[in-house]
Amino acid sequence: MTVPAQPLDPMVAGAEAPAFDANLARADFPIFRHPIHGKPLAFLDSAASAQKPQAVIDAVKTCYETEYANVHRGVYWLSARATEAMEAARGKVQAFLNAASADEIVFVRGTTEAINLVATSFGRGLMSAGDQVVISAMEHHSNIVPWQMLRDRSGIELLVAPIDGDGELIMEAFEKLLGPRTKLVAITQVSNALGTVVDLATIIRLAHGHGARVLVDGAQSAPHGAIDVQALDCDFFAFSGHKLYGPSGIGVLYAKAELLDAMPPYQGGGEMIRSVSFEKTEYADPPFKFEAGTPNIAGTVGLGAAIDYISALGLDAIGGHERALLDHATRRLEAIDGLKIIGTAKHKASVLSFILDGVHPHDIGTVLDSEGVAVRTGHHCAQPVMDHFGVAATARASFGLYNTTGDIDALVAGLEKVREIFGS
Amino acid sequence: MSDLRELYQEVILDHARKPRNFGKPAPCNREAEGYNPLCGDRVTIYILVEGDAIQEVCFEGTGCAISLASASLMTEMLKGKSVDEARALFGRFHDAMTGDGANNMDTLDKLAVLSGVREFPMRVKCATLAWHTFTAALDQASSTVVTE
Repeated sequence: MTVPAQPLDPMVAGAEAPAFDANLARADFPIFRHPIHGKPLAFLDSAASAQKPQAVIDAVKTCYETEYANVHRGVYWLSARATEAMEAARGKVQAFLNAASADEIVFVRGTTEAINLVATSFGRGLMSAGDQVVISAMEHHSNIVPWQMLRDRSGIELLVAPIDGDGELIMEAFEKLLGPRTKLVAITQVSNALGTVVDLATIIRLAHGHGARVLVDGAQSAPHGAIDVQALDCDFFAFSGHKLYGPSGIGVLYAKAELLDAMPPYQGGGEMIRSVSFEKTEYADPPFKFEAGTPNIAGTVGLGAAIDYISALGLDAIGGHERALLDHATRRLEAIDGLKIIGTAKHKASVLSFILDGVHPHDIGTVLDSEGVAVRTGHHCAQPVMDHFGVAATARASFGLYNTTGDIDALVAGLEKVREIFGS
Repeated sequence: MSDLRELYQEVILDHARKPRNFGKPAPCNREAEGYNPLCGDRVTIYILVEGDAIQEVCFEGTGCAISLASASLMTEMLKGKSVDEARALFGRFHDAMTGDGANNMDTLDKLAVLSGVREFPMRVKCATLAWHTFTAALDQASSTVVTE
């Protein structure tokens, strides 16, 4: 019996990625028109937050200029129009993730809020003391702290699957942690500190085999390759609009309908109710059950515009372009004396973390900034990862659709300047 | 670019590479820890205070060039000073760093070498970490100083 071929992970190299003209795309982003300290901006920090194309800026502006009112409740034309626009954006997110229904798309502030929602509603609501949550050692603080808080409040056990010296999840060790008490695996699809692309298909298969649900932190993966939540069969998927070239303050939690039906609400207030009296309050159906208060209306519209923008460019093309940049940058940085790359997994996306002998990342960052090169320095909200590699901080360059080899040239020239100032 | 050269001038790089008064002194009677989570600078300040006089100031730590140089320069400046003089010096240094005290430079003696930090607001906390920690040691504050 032949085993059917595993579908290729969209986060991982496809040799035939369509061609992509980054210079053309770059012209869509007004921020690049402004020099930094007299130099062109080489923005290498999209992993922290991405720049915005004119189409997204215009969508938000148009919303406020011509189509803005509070949603869902008004009988007047403007409110109907605003509601239509927001629900259209929800539909775009559904299509972007290939979710079965728009009712499985909950708008939140960002990935952090999405995870907190799951930790509260699923964790506190549906789990009991003695149940286990498994995370990995390469998680961002937003996929660690909510589970620690759950542990401290509810007696849930928190287990951590180790990573190796390359920043890969040790799959055998992960599997050993799974058992009858495992109720949830919470895992990043791409590590923000290391760039590691995890083998989600295997993780989800193993977790489901033990009856555990899986939450995927997609903050770093959603911008770099197609996401298909039905194909993945993940139970929860979270991502942030601002990393996807959309506005800040908007994000998405996808969850399977059966889970949203079973989970108690997260925040209470208006919009998430069907009826309220002092005797009895009835909650609305999902997704509104989880959207208390007036939403970030313009944010949803901006997110929809961002999804339209990158879908038109093609996520495969964008992913292929970024992979080529990452490969090129990795080779050039490896050639620098005294530079060590942190995070050398077999499959990586967009992120290049490194340290330099004798120069603290913070000093690297300041010198690079003087050359118009923006990188992030510090612990990247992943202190356990830093501890694992025995460093206090790294410098991190990350790639987005608007980056070019010119940006890599500027990074390398900037690092030469660092050497010059600090001596070698 | 000249701002950068100002920030990372030779004296600062020298202090960062070869920090003075590095290591725990014996004896010492006050100590405190400081931490800048923004970039991972960590510093422990050790003091020997007798009456009103600061007999010994030493430090241990890891961090960026600015934080190490500032700690090193601070220990050189404070040895032998009175507690009151030390607090006054910190006040003038802090003002100079945060922009209120541009005229203070000539009263800062060798600390003036850090005046370039003013042009890099994101680095001010690096320069002041050792000083905040020193004050905490003097006051025997019980929790770790954190600057962000």
